[in-house]
Amino acid sequence: MALRSLVSRKTLGLASSGLKLQFRGLQTFSLPDLPYDYGALEPAISGEIMQLHHQKHHQTYITNYNKALEQLHHAMEKGDSSAVVKLQSAIKFNGGGHVNHSIFWKNLAPAREGGGEPPHGNLGWAIDEDFGSLESLIQKMSAEGAAVQGSGWVWLGLDKESKKLVIETTANQDPLVTLGPLVPLLGIDVWEHAYYLQYKNVRPDYLKNIWKVVNWKYAGEVYDKERA
Amino acid sequence: MVAAAAATAANPLACSLFPSKGLRGTASGLQWTKRQCTRKTGPLTVTAKFELKPPPYPMDALEPHMSKETFEYHWGKHHRAYVNNLNKQIEGTGLDDMSLDDVVLVTYNKGDPLPAFNNAAQAWNHDFFWESMKPGGGGKPPGELLQLIERDFGSFDEFVQEFKSAAATQFGSGWAWLVYKANRLDVGNAENPCPSEEDKKLVVVKSPNAVNPLIWDYYPLLTIDVWEHAYYLDFQNRRPDYISTFMEKLVSWDAVSARLEVAKARAAEREIEEARKKKEEEEKNFTDKNPPEIFIDGVADDSESD
Ligand SMILES: [Fe+2]
Ligand SMILES: [Fe+2]
Repeated sequence: MALRSLVSRKTLGLASSGLKLQFRGLQTFSLPDLPYDYGALEPAISGEIMQLHHQKHHQTYITNYNKALEQLHHAMEKGDSSAVVKLQSAIKFNGGGHVNHSIFWKNLAPAREGGGEPPHGNLGWAIDEDFGSLESLIQKMSAEGAAVQGSGWVWLGLDKESKKLVIETTANQDPLVTLGPLVPLLGIDVWEHAYYLQYKNVRPDYLKNIWKVVNWKYAGEVYDKERA
Repeated sequence: MVAAAAATAANPLACSLFPSKGLRGTASGLQWTKRQCTRKTGPLTVTAKFELKPPPYPMDALEPHMSKETFEYHWGKHHRAYVNNLNKQIEGTGLDDMSLDDVVLVTYNKGDPLPAFNNAAQAWNHDFFWESMKPGGGGKPPGELLQLIERDFGSFDEFVQEFKSAAATQFGSGWAWLVYKANRLDVGNAENPCPSEEDKKLVVVKSPNAVNPLIWDYYPLLTIDVWEHAYYLDFQNRRPDYISTFMEKLVSWDAVSARLEVAKARAAEREIEEARKKKEEEEKNFTDKNPPEIFIDGVADDSESD
């Protein structure tokens, strides 16, 4: 699981700045920088939310992920299989939290740097083909995000087998790869911490405004790389 | 969450028949429920069944430990939406003449929840949560409750540690509970998370999203809401601080004690009921195996003399 996360992160070219080498070759992770200022997504997402989300929530996933990986390392050295198995839920949750948030930051961009600008090129065509239009994709993704019970994510992914775009949701911090051979192009965090200070109980308003800061250029690049 | 429920509420019938993927509900599941639960014989009376109960104290009464603002959103928006959406979902489904406890149990549908389960269980959980707190709460539990806690957890501090840890480690949204476990191994409705012969015992459990220990046949005594909306305005990401504050300043041990009394009484009643059933069963078996003999005069003698 841990190894798979490492591999998928490398394949996607994610969090490469956050990779550090530590004792005996055990890799640990550190918080990747945000590619923009905390306040740069306002008014869609407040600076206060972005700062807590990045510095506190994402950092906590990384801290606990590193802790779990270290425990895993020791358990494997000792050949303690039940300890290895027991660590899987913490690795999935915290490692997933790190993977998902690393994607999420890249999925957003300030409006003055192209945030919210509709996708051009191949991804634009594919969206029209698979969903009819960008508007209907946005509507469908917002509705599915609003319908997630409790905490989770809504994704636009590329199915590597059918080569089609798909909308999926995952619970808690399950990454999109837990559902199958899917490449995440765009993930929207629908945990309450992602919007509560600004939108309170009204998740649909958050899901209405976030499109103003979605970085479609990044999603298009991932798409092109996967289809190449 | 709210939007989901609101969206489904707009068309309760369609929603019941085509439940969202996340709930894994099935049309046949609903029909089963309808057959099992519809008790009315006359035309259905459509009523808004469940009401949003006002909290048992003013909304600013828990300050500074739980802010008025948190309370206003949590009770006034979140809890209200669960109740309103539940009422819309169950209208005319045969669930609307049942108690909330029964709606929770039936809609859990043996682990394949029907669309109304989330709203029903969340309506139940929040009522129970408000009553689990009081102004000037916290401290140590009284007499018998404390003795049981010491018996089952070793000490009050060990219980507090276990409860806090359950609340802190519930991945994502959910609840942590202290329950009175007086159930059988097979609870019929779900996989029992603490299967053991040992009954009449206090246990700490945690549950994801809306899940409520009633489905495991446990009797809830205390709960803490660890959805982020319960603490985000007051504590942001610091869930452990919220949990400590809840334990030290807000828990109503009076409420927990009163619930324990009910739990014990219910368990005792059930024991008597089960003993009675067992006895009846045994008597029935005895009668089946030893049917009363019937002699018809002369017949037996005749056959032997042949
Ligand atoms: Fe998040
Ligand atoms: Fe809540």
